[in-house]
Formats: sequence, C-alpha cells, structure tokens
Amino acid sequence: MRNPLADKVVEIKPSGIRKFFDIVSEMKDAISLGVGEPDFDTPWHIRDEGIYSLERGRTFYTSNSGLKELRQEITNYIRRNHGVSYDPMTEVLITVGGSEAIDIGLRAMINPGEEVLIPQPSYVSYEPCAILAGAKPVIIHLKAENEFRLTAEELEAAITDKTKILILPFPNNPTGAIMERKDLAAIAEVILKHDIFVMSDEIYGELTYKGKHMSIIELPGMRERTIFINGFSKAYAMTGWRLGYACGPREILSQMTKIHQFAIMCAPTTSQYAAVEALKNGDDDVAEMRMAYNQRRRFLMNAFKEMELECFEPYGAFYVFPCIKEFGMTSDEFATRLLEEEKVAVVPGTAFGDCGEGFLRISYAYSLENLKVAIGRLEHFITRLREEKKKFSQNCTET
Amino acid sequence: MREELLTVIEKNSRIDLKELAVILGVQEIDVVNELAALEAEGVICGYHTLIDWEKTSNEKVSALIEVRVTPQRGQGFDNVAERIYRYPEVRSVYLMSGGYDLMVILEGKTLREVSSFVSDKLSTLDTVLSTATHFILKKYKDHGTVISRIKEDEREMITP
Repeated sequence: MRNPLADKVVEIKPSGIRKFFDIVSEMKDAISLGVGEPDFDTPWHIRDEGIYSLERGRTFYTSNSGLKELRQEITNYIRRNHGVSYDPMTEVLITVGGSEAIDIGLRAMINPGEEVLIPQPSYVSYEPCAILAGAKPVIIHLKAENEFRLTAEELEAAITDKTKILILPFPNNPTGAIMERKDLAAIAEVILKHDIFVMSDEIYGELTYKGKHMSIIELPGMRERTIFINGFSKAYAMTGWRLGYACGPREILSQMTKIHQFAIMCAPTTSQYAAVEALKNGDDDVAEMRMAYNQRRRFLMNAFKEMELECFEPYGAFYVFPCIKEFGMTSDEFATRLLEEEKVAVVPGTAFGDCGEGFLRISYAYSLENLKVAIGRLEHFITRLREEKKKFSQNCTET
Repeated sequence: MREELLTVIEKNSRIDLKELAVILGVQEIDVVNELAALEAEGVICGYHTLIDWEKTSNEKVSALIEVRVTPQRGQGFDNVAERIYRYPEVRSVYLMSGGYDLMVILEGKTLREVSSFVSDKLSTLDTVLSTATHFILKKYKDHGTVISRIKEDEREMITP
C-alpha cells in the first residue's frame, strides 16, 4: 500500500505535554498542577443562557462570522477596554476557540517559505500551525532575566527579509509574563520599521495582576497590522464551550472568514448565545475569579520564597514558572521524579520550547487547599534533593 | 484590602492570619489591625460554622414564620422585633416588604416545640396580628454553600 500520510504532518513532533499526560493518567491519587484551564465552573447565568437557547430551539447554524449580536458585543468590549474600534460586520470573526483563530490567521497570511517569529516558551500550537501553513517558524528564545518579556533587541535580531508575522503571546502561557506599555512601545517601533504583521494572542488578557492589561492594538499604527485574538475560555471559565474570536483589518479578516466558512462553517451556536451573556453581564464574575487567582499567585510566590526556589514574579495568566537549574536535572527528569516520588504532576518547561529547559510550569487554577497540599509535597521533594546534593559533595571532598 | 479581606473570610473564617496576609499581599500586622477595626465597627458580627445537622444524630426542626404585626408609634417595628429575637430558639428575624412584616426563622428540637413556641409565645404578643408557619423540609443551599454535594475535579490531569 502507498504511504497514506502527508510528510509535513508526520514530521511535526507530538506535543511534549501528551507524553507526560500518559504517565500521569496511569497514576492514581496524584495531585495535578498541570492543568491549563480554570478550575471554576462557567458562571451560572452564562450556562443558563446556553440552556435557554437550546430550549428555544436555537440549534441552527449562525452566519459564518458568527451571531451579529455577539460580534457587536465583542467590538463594544474592545472599545471599552482598549479604546480601539472594529467594524462588527467586516472585522470580527467568531472562531472555535482562540486556537482556530491562530490556525486560520496563519493560513490566510503565509506564502510558502515566509517566516513567522515565535517567542518561546509559549503555547504549544504556534509552531505546528505555522508549519502547516507553509511558513518557516523562527524561534525567539525569551530569557528569565527579562522576566520572559520580548525585547526590541531580540526581535530586531530575529527579523530577516522573509519575516512576515510576529506572534505575540502575552500574558503568556507557560511563564505568566506580561508586556507593559514600555515593552510594547519598544517592539512596535521595530515592527513598523520592518513592516511586519502581528498576531497578538491575548486569551489571558483579563487575567493580569499588575494594572490593566494593555494590547498592542492600542499603539499607533498597530491596529492596521495586527490580528487580535481573544476568547471566552480563560476569562469566563468556558474552555469546553470552544469559543474565541479574531479582530483585524478587513482584508485579512475576509480571507480568514473564507477558510473558516469552508472548514468549520460556524462556531457552536449554543456557545455563542452564552457568550453574549458573558460579555453583557460577566464583568463581576471575571473580577471575582481574577481576585482568587491573584491570591493563589501570591500564595505560591511566598511559598517559593520560603523554600528558596528561584522564580521571577509573573503578573499574568495562571501560571508560575520556577527555575530548577540548581538541582542539576533536566525539567523532564525533575517533573518525572516529582511525579513518581511525591505524586505531584507539573509540566516540564521544555513542553513549551527548548528554552523552557530548567523550568517548570505550575498552574494555579486550583483551590488554595489543593495548592497547599501540592506545594507541601514539592517542598518535601526539593529538601530531599538538596540533602542528596550536599551528601554527594561531602563524599566527593572526603575521597 | 478591606473588601477583599471580607470576601475571603466570609467563605473561610478559619484561615490563619499569616496565610491571610500572604494571599492579600499585605503584612500580618495590617490584617490583625484591620480585623480588629472591622470587629469594633460591627462589620464583622461573628465567625460561625455551617453545619449540616441532618448528618448528625442531633435532630432539629426548622421553621420559617411569616408574622404580621402592628407597628408602634415612635418605635416602628423595632420593639416587636426585639421582643421576638430575644428568644434563643429564634435564629433570624428580618423586616420584610410585601404581604407580611417580619420573617422569623426558628429552630427547635421537635415539631411540638416549634408549634408551642408559635402558639404560646409568638401569637400571644400584643402587637402580633397573625402568623403563618412553614416547616423547612430540606436544605439544599445555605449561606451560599450547596449542602451535601462534594464536587470532584473532572478536568484532564494535564492540558496545554
């Protein structure tokens, strides 16, 4: 039989998370800090609207770009939060999660061989999506000493005459890093100078703990060259509803809508009705969840300080990204031993790019009670590692 | 900090001071002072425990009583409310808008105890015009907490 597969797909590495997932799911009574989704239920009034839309029999397709009312609410939301206007009729597309927007945005813009800049550590799907779109992914290694922010120098150094798009993944999964006004202004200058485009994935925008989240679209000249991606999964605890959106200049959005129309048709109708309610009446829920995440974030930072585990203070998303280089193990070894010896599951930093080596992603989308137990075990583990190390070096000096 | 502090301890009054200070991002001494101030101002009225007595061998009967009263000149409803809330078996007293004036929530050991309270003590007050007693059959949710439902984490163990 002939080879049924496409080489391009076969060559893509499976997600590093997948491998770890298989080990964890075998293990009973493990505590996981490895989840990339909120622990809260979707607020009831939002679920209720979803249920109500089903009761009324609203089970048809919506228009390809999504319910008009939802697109309208999204543009209101962006104007309210970022002071930027989009035309709900031509510049908004409702997608199946933010992930679909990433995929079709790249497919709509990339010609074979053009380069996509991907700062890492970052979400696992940018690189494969870029490859599938025919792009050459160019990785920018973000650094702990810059708090994993993207600097103008790093950007400048990665740009070639083939560079087409910069993916801007802030607030960041897995590091929790954010980009503030000064950081964005510095890179915007480089972006304009080289006439490249931006795909700004702001799915964690509402979960920012240092002032209000700022988007790059707020800066002059950036709205015209940016695909702004956001969604409902993180802010409103709606991961399973699979609903996101993209906003951007009409000429890009119309091509994205074409792919979406043929590949997906439209995002789930029930989810779209629920999302209208989320945007209309969900601000208090978001504030409440943000407050809870922030409390857990402070709890973890304090716990790391007490156990003297090195970690920069992240101000976004719901992850902390501590450094484990002092133990002389790879992230993978550390995470595997932590799981086997203490039954705590975390994700090795390398799952988000090679430069995640020496780091762990710890999610705080867990109750304080859960975090306390898990962190107790982590502390136990690293105390033992340090003792082992001490004994080892003592033995070395004796012989 | 005040509002966030209250939100936290409203759900968990047993949280220790050090932890409270950590999650609020303030010093422990500030938490201590703020709590003292809140207590002194009467904002914090008590630290209670929510108990599902159904699960114990200790039987209790609760009733909700609608009370219509004659307000008194110069006193309004306050006097009669006070007469009612002084009884230790009375758990709550609210002044209501609508078809009746006071809502009284009562807790007793037996049906007989509750009904005799209503007929002997409550109805006989001069200002009480009428009462309607409703027995509580089952508590589903109390103080914002769903009774007897333990929620399991159904998420996948590891997700990107």
